[in-house]
Amino acid sequence: MRYDTIIIGGGLSGLVCGIKLQEAGRSCAIISAGQSALHFSSGAFDLLGVTADGTEVERPFDALKSLPAEHPYSKVGADGVEAYARALPQWFAQMGIVLNGDVERNSSRITPLGIVRKSWMMLDEYTPLADEAAIAGSRYLIVNFAGFLDFYPKFIADCLEQRGGKCRMEVLSMSAVEKLRINPTEMRSANIAKVFQSQRQLDKLVELVNSKASEGETVVLPATFGLSDTLPVEYLRSHCRNNLMFVSPVPPSISGIRVQRRLQAHFVKLGGRFYAGDTVNGATLEGNRVTGIATVNHSDILFHADNYVVATGSFFSNGIVARSNEVVEPIFGADVNYDTNRDRWFDRCVMNRQPYMDFGVATDADFRMLKGGRPFDNMYAIGSVLDGHNPLEEGSGSGVAIITAMHVANSILTNTAKR
Amino acid sequence: MNLQENNISENNFEQCIKCTVCTVYCPVIPANPKYPGPKQAGPDGERFRLKAADYFDPSLKYCLNCKRCEVACPSGVRIGDIIQSARLKYNHEKPSVRDRMLADTDFAGEVATKMAPLVNATLGLKPVKLLLDGALAIDHRRAFPKYTSTTFEKWYRKELTAESQLKYAKRVAYFHGCYVNYNYPQLGKDLVKILNAVGYGVELLDDEKCCGVALIANGLYDQARRHARKNLDAMRRATASLKQYKVITTSSTCTLTMRDEYPHLLGIDNSDVRQNIETATRFIYRLIDNGEVRLAFRDDYTRRIAYHTPCHMEKLGWSVYSTSLMQMIPGVELQMLPSNCCGIAGTYGFKRENYQVSQTIGHDLFAAIEASGADFVATDCETCKWQIEMSTSKKVFNPISVIAEALDVEATRKLNHVKI
Repeated sequence: MRYDTIIIGGGLSGLVCGIKLQEAGRSCAIISAGQSALHFSSGAFDLLGVTADGTEVERPFDALKSLPAEHPYSKVGADGVEAYARALPQWFAQMGIVLNGDVERNSSRITPLGIVRKSWMMLDEYTPLADEAAIAGSRYLIVNFAGFLDFYPKFIADCLEQRGGKCRMEVLSMSAVEKLRINPTEMRSANIAKVFQSQRQLDKLVELVNSKASEGETVVLPATFGLSDTLPVEYLRSHCRNNLMFVSPVPPSISGIRVQRRLQAHFVKLGGRFYAGDTVNGATLEGNRVTGIATVNHSDILFHADNYVVATGSFFSNGIVARSNEVVEPIFGADVNYDTNRDRWFDRCVMNRQPYMDFGVATDADFRMLKGGRPFDNMYAIGSVLDGHNPLEEGSGSGVAIITAMHVANSILTNTAKR
Repeated sequence: MNLQENNISENNFEQCIKCTVCTVYCPVIPANPKYPGPKQAGPDGERFRLKAADYFDPSLKYCLNCKRCEVACPSGVRIGDIIQSARLKYNHEKPSVRDRMLADTDFAGEVATKMAPLVNATLGLKPVKLLLDGALAIDHRRAFPKYTSTTFEKWYRKELTAESQLKYAKRVAYFHGCYVNYNYPQLGKDLVKILNAVGYGVELLDDEKCCGVALIANGLYDQARRHARKNLDAMRRATASLKQYKVITTSSTCTLTMRDEYPHLLGIDNSDVRQNIETATRFIYRLIDNGEVRLAFRDDYTRRIAYHTPCHMEKLGWSVYSTSLMQMIPGVELQMLPSNCCGIAGTYGFKRENYQVSQTIGHDLFAAIEASGADFVATDCETCKWQIEMSTSKKVFNPISVIAEALDVEATRKLNHVKI
């Protein structure tokens, strides 16, 4: 099987890269081993929230220059990162993904545990949290579905009340949602979202919310609406009398799944081929050049391409794997940057910066993966498999995923002629 | 010593990191809240079942075995296998008469094909359907597949003849399955037409049994194991005598069962033949990809086709072969339907208690098919075909039949220098 570019990994980074290449008329295949970390999205895209010395970032574009040379953003270059980031909202809008906020500055969001965190752009139904003065003058009604254990109204109320807001809480009981409680383990956001694919249930919810909320209250709802599109969200907004504010429950993340589906559908619509549930387990090489890769499902029928992109993610997606005394890149045995002293992999306080989150594959200045210190000619790494950044600590996960993907797609388009 | 490798159990349930991604992709939960879902039924429940068999939950029977949880799992956990293995290990309820009838496709086929016109007419009658529903809980709303009076094997022996196929220097063995043999021999004939045109003879196994998928689903494990052993032995004999060491199929489910369910569920080692079992579309695709054969198509064949990915094809990852072949036909406009379960899952949807769940699961797919504007639907699974034909206005064909119809036989023979 022959493509211009083969991308290993079908999450945010792999899909952005694949779509950029397909848009330029290149044929791509994405090989994806299981669903991606987008299922755990916070509902916001980070760019850069905290600098290396721990200061909170107001204006991410200004902070880019302070990053160390090995950071993926530094390899792209501050100007490049800014240009890619500025173009993003409009580009995503073409695929039906709305980014709310100001590209120039970070804004705040409430986490499922009621903590306020800085983030860059909010997805679809999420909007930046109002400033403290606005919260202080507001009344909130926080509602949850009876039996839904992944959403915590009290934490959210505490958070808003600390900022001077006035909060009430209500539990909604709806028979269609109640049915999920037959198996409490299945009372999850995705299954609630499936209930509200039905117009009838949506109407019932509107009626309930309208009956519970008093005039002027902002109604806070768990973000459990719209797996494939935001139509249920828009319907609620236009039919509920009060202002609505959506707060994320704990995963699975509905907005993340929606982004995954939209990007994947767009990639396929552009002619890309998405191989779901397959694992790359071998490669053929000529010197430093990859000539083909083999997968579990396709065994003796190999995949061939001019370029290969590794977007396999971090530990969660097995893009890198920690063994007793080493951290490895399991497919190609590529070079991984990690601390050889295992005792320094983690900090005993779970809330502190965890050094293992900085581990990732080593690349040259153009994101070519290395093996034995030498770069592959035609294999790049993008997204969270990369070393040199700590997505959790610095709030840069989705930014690195998207921007390195766009950058490598550009390199491929510049360096390799169209077939 | 690699401690982690030695810590992974046979069904790798401990690889589950409780991320819940599988529950998002289970088609059963939204349609039947009684089902505990793949995570709970699979790896979570397994921890308890290993402590005591009493933790076995009979509602595991609601699992369709579609394996979409496995395709979605980021940690490579064999969730579907864990659930089916638990049913095999802990469910000691005897299968009902109904389940035995539905499962024993060989027996039903042998009997029904002998009196096909009578059986077909009778099974279409409303009173008979109501009787089957009342007496056996086979849902009266379900349309039955028609039986043929001349089985594929009979056609092959009497009309085509094995000798005609031995004239080809290159040959391949064909596992036709129950559906081609008892219900729709045309599909087998279509495959012979294509392969003969590119210079390949088609042999049958000397002793083919039902692959056993329905036996496994209905708890008839001993019989399934007997079938598995017989099929594998027949394949060993066939591939030993053939130059091409391949056994090809036209059903995605038979393929998955013989490749993966035999070792994973039935504990039968097939490692010596597993890589030789594949779908006919993969076999033909490889020949074309290697430059060994070429296909020529009629100019006057123009169709708009919507392709449905059967669950087991999704798990195999092989729909690319079927769709790529159809896309080689110049007059074909192919669109991919969203990969969703159609709801039938073999014998599952025939059971009265599952009928509504089955139709609810398929609902979105049926709507997508109606909205597709396609002339017909193509898919590699026979039970998906029954379900889609019953639940939509479209006819359904196997990709092999599509290729056979569009094929310009004479031009193809010429391209491949076939003189037989």
